[in-house]
Amino acid sequence: MNTNRRSFLKTSATAGAISVAVGAGLLTPRAVLAAWPKSAFEAKDVNAAVNAVLGSSSMANSGDINLKAPDIAENGAVVPITVTSKIEGTESISILVPNNAAPLAANFNMGSNTEGYVSTRIKMGKTSDVIAVVKAGGKLYSSTKEVKVTIGGCGG
Amino acid sequence: MANSIKVRAKTTSGVTVVKTLINHPMETGLRKDKKTNQMIPAHFIQEVTCEHNGNNVLTAQWGTAVSKNPYLSFKFSGGKSGDTLKISWVDNKGKSDSIESKIK
Repeated sequence: MNTNRRSFLKTSATAGAISVAVGAGLLTPRAVLAAWPKSAFEAKDVNAAVNAVLGSSSMANSGDINLKAPDIAENGAVVPITVTSKIEGTESISILVPNNAAPLAANFNMGSNTEGYVSTRIKMGKTSDVIAVVKAGGKLYSSTKEVKVTIGGCGG
Repeated sequence: MANSIKVRAKTTSGVTVVKTLINHPMETGLRKDKKTNQMIPAHFIQEVTCEHNGNNVLTAQWGTAVSKNPYLSFKFSGGKSGDTLKISWVDNKGKSDSIESKIK
């Protein structure tokens, strides 16, 4: 990734400010959620992003979430991700990539009749875990899978 | 421009599977234009909403990490063949598009 030093310093400074704000409880995610959650998509670490978008960052690992992603992605620009949640009353599904510049890739809010299933394609800068976070009944559940991104077509 | 959204929805045994493809550059804002050495400004879809007969079934909030020309698929129950499905998106530059389609 081709970030120059100046913009890197700038973005890391804002991210720091956001996580401080989140930590202090200044950002009340419920109220912010009505619009696009800017702070969540700019957050630089997983906990801050999850906190900003879902209101909590305590997640329990769950076997009821099926995260389907390739073991090795040849092209990091297009990584197909499918999340299936068998948890009753799934309210939202979020997809996070911790090693991306901004971990939160997408957040899907489900309607009452919508099944816990979402499939999309995301970008990944380098080899990283992919985390699917499912919100159901006010609790958060997660599932993780590592995806290796081969850069330049060989190795990993 | 022709409509940027392609939708295909099909109901089998009570569950409707919706597949959509949207034409959009999805620029992250981290890429450089090689000719001018300028950063290409971020341009990405922020929100996609899907309505079935006027009821919201899915709201997707996207960041820059969603691939170019995004693909989205989801399922919901209660849909019937012939029902209307409305899909719309808004990007960070305030542009938007929407499409209405019938479930097969």
